[in-house]
Amino acid sequence: MSKITGAQAIVKCLQEEGVDTIFGFPGGVILDLYDALMDSSISNLLVRHEQGAVHAADGYARASGRVGVALLTSGPGATNGVTGIATAYMDSIPMVVLTGQVPRALIGNDAFQEVDIVGITRPCTKHNYLVSDPDELVPILREAFYLAASGRPGPVLVDMPKDVMAAKMDYPAKEEIRMQTYQPTLDPHPGQVTKACKAILKARRPVLYVGGGVILSNSNQELTELAEKTQIPVTMTLMGLGAFPGTNPLSMGMLGMHGSYAANMMVAKSDLLIAVGARFDDRITGRLDTFAPDAEIIHIDIDPSSISKNVKVDIPLVADCKNALTAMNAWLDSSAEFDRAAFAEKHREWNEQVREWNAKHPLSYQDEGEIIKPQFVIETINRLTGGDAIITTEVGQNQMWTAQFYKFNQPRQLLTSGGLGTMGYGLPAAIGAKVAFPDKTVIDIAGDGSIQMNIQELATAKQYGAAVKVAILNNGYLGMVRQWQELFYNRRYSGTPMEVTPDFVELAKAYGAVGLRAKTKSEVEPVIKEALAINDKVVIMDFVIKREECVFPMIPAGRSTTEMLLA
Amino acid sequence: MKHTLSVLLRNKPGALSRVTGLFSGRGFNIESLCVAETLDPQVSCLTLVTRGSDAIIEQIMKQLHKLIDVIKVSDISEGEYVEREMVLIRMKAEAGTRAEVLRVIDIFRGKVVDVSPTSYTVEITGSESKVRAVIDILRPIGIKEIVRTGTIAMARVPKK
Ligand SMILES: Cc1ncc(C[n+]2csc(CCOP(=O)(O)OP(=O)(O)O)c2C)c(N)n1
Ligand SMILES: [Mg+2]
Repeated sequence: MSKITGAQAIVKCLQEEGVDTIFGFPGGVILDLYDALMDSSISNLLVRHEQGAVHAADGYARASGRVGVALLTSGPGATNGVTGIATAYMDSIPMVVLTGQVPRALIGNDAFQEVDIVGITRPCTKHNYLVSDPDELVPILREAFYLAASGRPGPVLVDMPKDVMAAKMDYPAKEEIRMQTYQPTLDPHPGQVTKACKAILKARRPVLYVGGGVILSNSNQELTELAEKTQIPVTMTLMGLGAFPGTNPLSMGMLGMHGSYAANMMVAKSDLLIAVGARFDDRITGRLDTFAPDAEIIHIDIDPSSISKNVKVDIPLVADCKNALTAMNAWLDSSAEFDRAAFAEKHREWNEQVREWNAKHPLSYQDEGEIIKPQFVIETINRLTGGDAIITTEVGQNQMWTAQFYKFNQPRQLLTSGGLGTMGYGLPAAIGAKVAFPDKTVIDIAGDGSIQMNIQELATAKQYGAAVKVAILNNGYLGMVRQWQELFYNRRYSGTPMEVTPDFVELAKAYGAVGLRAKTKSEVEPVIKEALAINDKVVIMDFVIKREECVFPMIPAGRSTTEMLLA
Repeated sequence: MKHTLSVLLRNKPGALSRVTGLFSGRGFNIESLCVAETLDPQVSCLTLVTRGSDAIIEQIMKQLHKLIDVIKVSDISEGEYVEREMVLIRMKAEAGTRAEVLRVIDIFRGKVVDVSPTSYTVEITGSESKVRAVIDILRPIGIKEIVRTGTIAMARVPKK
């Protein structure tokens, strides 16, 4: 076989891995690879800021379930990507980030645009590599894709010196990847499955607490089967929304800091909490010693280090959620003690109690005539999209209202930065999702603050015809921070009023997009309808909402989940 | 509680910093750390002494295990094990104290490994508590400088 360059080998390897789209930004050390990409069928999308590239790859990955790929140059290109990498890491998103590095001979010399990106990203990648030998280039890339997508997924960074990409090499034949030091446990221990199912048989007040792991492992059907056949009510984390249909009567929506009253109450009163692909984050548990005090806890997770990290678990099930749920469903089906009808009867009272909580304090808001309430905007978007759009969010109140008022029925429909809470995530992620699903309606529900953090990506969207929509809930504030100041800092609004924002309608025009604005409640529906009718252009909707609206319910940080502020 | 962990690590650049970064990043403590190649030059063995509740030690072990470069983690202080540490101590060697220094070193089965007109450098090997005891006894006589290796340890009956 004739020799090829490292850069050509990278392209070949990417194609072997099934990569069709890369989001990137070029620079000196990565020119060889950019050159080689020109001869391939991979679309190489030019973003306007490297953070945008990584979020777009992330949005692509979350929407499609495939590994997202971002390509960055050395030094500032790589450091600009770090927030995107950390965002993906916190939410376990499969991603490979390729960075150029200065030639090997210059490493350590403080060379121009040299930065130790492997050192910098060590704590926010699943693993990372500096390719120090051209012979290792392809094997490392293959390992990177394997690591990113398997086990608990996550971003993997591969730093590639310029001279490695220029080196001549033979392309190594593909071989099966076997890593002595990395063998995720996929199948649950049968004994633990039995224990978990027996606990379900016994429980009087069981609750399913569902996280992003169910979406990552594509096990929403298995989960729905378990919930329905046992008639166990379900609550989801922000990352879990869509894993179970939001319109199913068993769904009580989101739990935690801004979760529904019913969701938090049922967890607090449960005698069996079945955590599936969730990690007992502090936004969920509130004060740890009062979290689900009477519950026996089953925890299904592929990552053993998630188990008993924050909350002591009684029945751990280390496995891929899909395999664990399948095994539990099968166990119950074959058990003489399990009977669907009897179970529905056994849990009837409990479900009534849950519905009663929900009826007592449903998610709600006060109508204030022509003043636009943000919740109303989300409800209207939900109705007019038939609950079927891919929704990304920014971070803050916009994100929480979306989680509360859009009823996600499918997994991979809500793309949001949960763990890191990264403002500026939504627009580039929407672009990534739209590239993966050009025929889907993709809407970034944004805040006026967050949208300005990666607004430059409007140009990327325009350039590649990624006709996403942006719905800005414009309250003139860094609203969520203002809310904390209102509630806990005596309304001292230090650093939260957005005294200057661009005119988003004019800004849309400047980027070749359509700008629409609603200032009154009756304008909301026509604006959304108009936006939804436009399929060939980016549309920005500027909703001028009630300025000092708060997100409720709210569990103040560090308090018990039953101490919800309701209005 | 004090725990002595033995970690087998792929001998790759940066592997050690993944371990130490994990400890600093997650707020775990390291009392001592000792690392060198094993019989297989591709693999390093790291002996790490740390302290924490059972829950914290469990987290430390799981997090270590999660690192891709880590091959095996064992808490060898759970079973029977032998531990050794070596210390080099530079003692003031003045006319009045030389004999006493030598006597103490003899009791602890130490050796003088370097001599100068004003100092003795002595080597002592033993458990961490023995090393501490020697230092406590020699300190009033006049220690100039010490260097300790940190603990290395081995399980008594190697688990299969
Ligand atoms: C990059 C980044 N910086 C700071 C924060 C802290 N923060 C959380 S929510 C928020 C306010 C966001 O304001 P806006 O986008 O207008 O959304 P709103 O809450 O008003 O809907 C801030 C500053 C963050 N999450 N991310
Ligand atoms: Mg705002």
